[in-house]
Amino acid sequence: MSVELGHYALVLALATAIVLSILPIWGAWRGDRPLMELATSGSLALFGLVAFAFAVLTQAHLASDFSVKNVWENSHSLVPFIFKFSGVWGNHEGSMLLWLLILVFFSALVAIFGRNLPDTLRANVLAVPAWGATAFPLFILVTPNPFSRLNPAPPEGPDPNPGAQDGGPPIHPPLPFLGYVGSFRRLSFSLARLMEGRIDAAWARWVRPWTLAAWTFLTAGIAMGSYWAYYELGWGGWWFWDPVENASFMPWLAGTALLHSAIVMEKREALKIWTILLAILTFSLSLLGTFLVRSGVLTSVHAFATDPSRGIFILCILVLFIGGALALFAFRAPQLNSGGLFAPISREGALVLNNLILTVSTATVLIGTLYPLLLESLTGEKISVGPPFFNMTFGLLMIPLLLAVPFGPLLAWKRGDLLGALQRLYVAAGLAFFVALVFYYIENGGPVMAVLGLAAGLFLVFGAVSDLWFRAGIGKQAMGVAWRRLVGLPRSAFGTALAHMGLGITVLGIVAVTTFETEHVVEMKPGMTAEAGGYTLAFDGMRSAVGPNYTEDRGHFTVSRGGATVADVWSSKRLYTARRMPTTEAGILTFGTSQLYVSLGDPMADGGIVVRIWWKPYILCIWGGALVMMFGGFVSLSDRRLRVGAPSRRAKPVKAALEAGE
Amino acid sequence: MRIVLPALRRTLLAVLLFLSAVPAFAVNPDEILADPALELRARNLSAQLRCMVCQNQSIDDSNAELARDLRLLVRERIRDGDSDEQVIDYVVSRYGEFVLLKPRFSAKTYILWATPLILLALGATAMVVYARGRTAKPTGRKLSAEEQAALDRLLGK
Repeated sequence: MSVELGHYALVLALATAIVLSILPIWGAWRGDRPLMELATSGSLALFGLVAFAFAVLTQAHLASDFSVKNVWENSHSLVPFIFKFSGVWGNHEGSMLLWLLILVFFSALVAIFGRNLPDTLRANVLAVPAWGATAFPLFILVTPNPFSRLNPAPPEGPDPNPGAQDGGPPIHPPLPFLGYVGSFRRLSFSLARLMEGRIDAAWARWVRPWTLAAWTFLTAGIAMGSYWAYYELGWGGWWFWDPVENASFMPWLAGTALLHSAIVMEKREALKIWTILLAILTFSLSLLGTFLVRSGVLTSVHAFATDPSRGIFILCILVLFIGGALALFAFRAPQLNSGGLFAPISREGALVLNNLILTVSTATVLIGTLYPLLLESLTGEKISVGPPFFNMTFGLLMIPLLLAVPFGPLLAWKRGDLLGALQRLYVAAGLAFFVALVFYYIENGGPVMAVLGLAAGLFLVFGAVSDLWFRAGIGKQAMGVAWRRLVGLPRSAFGTALAHMGLGITVLGIVAVTTFETEHVVEMKPGMTAEAGGYTLAFDGMRSAVGPNYTEDRGHFTVSRGGATVADVWSSKRLYTARRMPTTEAGILTFGTSQLYVSLGDPMADGGIVVRIWWKPYILCIWGGALVMMFGGFVSLSDRRLRVGAPSRRAKPVKAALEAGE
Repeated sequence: MRIVLPALRRTLLAVLLFLSAVPAFAVNPDEILADPALELRARNLSAQLRCMVCQNQSIDDSNAELARDLRLLVRERIRDGDSDEQVIDYVVSRYGEFVLLKPRFSAKTYILWATPLILLALGATAMVVYARGRTAKPTGRKLSAEEQAALDRLLGK
């Protein structure tokens, strides 16, 4: 297939997007049905065109067509099939195309399944993302274009970055994109509703599945990115407060806040203005994330390419979208009436506290990330803001939040009973403290703060269980009744409990690994042994090996415990031949949720080699907790009230009642 | 060739970026101090100092030559009996504040350090004001006659 066809499809997509971004809104404003209907067919056509363009680029990558510059720069005929495939979006231009594809895919979904939305709302909701779908093809077409050719065609490519050649990247970048685009979708609902001047519980209900889905995918993306860094970068760190990590973490924090404030809005019609503002902010942070990662403003491990023309373009998009959204917000916000009343101690109050802390944390991460840039551009002075700053400020902010989480679901709406919640939680708190002490004893001490940290994590887990326990009335009701009540709880109740439990598991993993981790840096010769985490590692020697596009030196270790051999592991240093680029492939052994992490260093003059061995107790809890959180997100998504058909049955009466009330 | 060159340069740049970031063989056995208490202090200090030639790494994580020099320097000062502050002051006097991963509280970082506190205070105040305002005065308007009639009809009165 000729890539020029893909190029042409993208130009057509741009034209379609321009039409789609204007006419349906005009139609919704004038009450012109045919123009509004254009939104549906236009969204489907747009998706078809972009999908075609993406397919063409993918085909060029799979066929290793080096006459296409994008393929030549990012691929090599020898890389395995899966990495040829992931090479499509492993680079700047391709990843923008993927962003666009996901965006228009969601629009197509709304066009197909959103029949139950009111006509004007559907027209607006499909037209708003078309603005984004206008900006991104324009961006892809005017700045370096993935479809441009090389003449003469080189015979071979320089190989993709070896760091990107493992299981992570094929799915890692698309996941945050799903999250970012999800936040765009949410924004389009917000803006469409703002244009109509109607922000109500129905809006919150439509927007909630998108918020949940975006949050779940972003959680997955961050967890995968963190695990990728952990096993690929070779020194066992799993979070670096790197600007690129922060770029995806900020929308996650703001999205978490939004998820909670949208509940208040849906149930009680309160916090309207705040929720809309938060939706705009979350989206802005997603866009800012794209800008930070793609412009090369912050040079970090991820910013492979630096090209100011892109940066300026994304900055313009940023200013236009965020400025426009905020302007519309400012114009309409005074017309939003406030909803239900609530006392400070209530479910709403707890959710407001959650929002306060999460928003301040987001702002802290934001200012920490941008401050060195701002200071340097304003005064020329260079300072660094690194992990010690974030650990301290962010950590301090998280303590009250983590302690408050189990209380939230136990407080009643409108007016809660803090004493009652305390009475329900003291068993969970006591149990958490006891188990933390047992942990502390087994691991032979560490700082006393560790007990409190572990207890906080366990409190989250047990608190989530107590929530379900008391809702079902276990212990108060007969077993059969309690069971039926438990099964009858809405899925979102289980979703909440799972997400909070997952958070607790992650906290547990973080505290355990930071306090109980041991590190051993030794020089080893074949036959020597080292001890770590109660295991004995015997170094058997080095061996050379050749892979499809690299050569490597592998060290073999036999791991034993109490004299009995339990496992063996290879740890290697690779050299990717096409780019002369060295990488480490750490040897990782898993025991339960703990891991032994073996990494090779430099060879010494006397024939030995530097070996670094880490014992990482309970480290898998960090990502395991994220998996549980995601599972909670999916369970919550399957809740009956969020299903696409669910609002339709009541859509008309509610609308009629609203109009009568206005 | 004219087309290929910028791409080549970009590739080279990417290689350089990656070289400085990936194989992080931090502390070597020959650097480690004999006294574990001193070594622990050295590790804690190293984690707070930036590797000046790396992307976003502390000298504790980096295998760059400069990071190694700095690690040795920190250990030397510690062995000579410097306190943690003295070591930090010495490194800053040689390399500037850019080397600190946790910036000092000074005129140019007031905004950085104060932002979380100010936002927290503002947010909490706004919460209190909102809560008070909401509970003090009754909100909402009375139903109009038609609405009251509609309500009565719905309630079956």
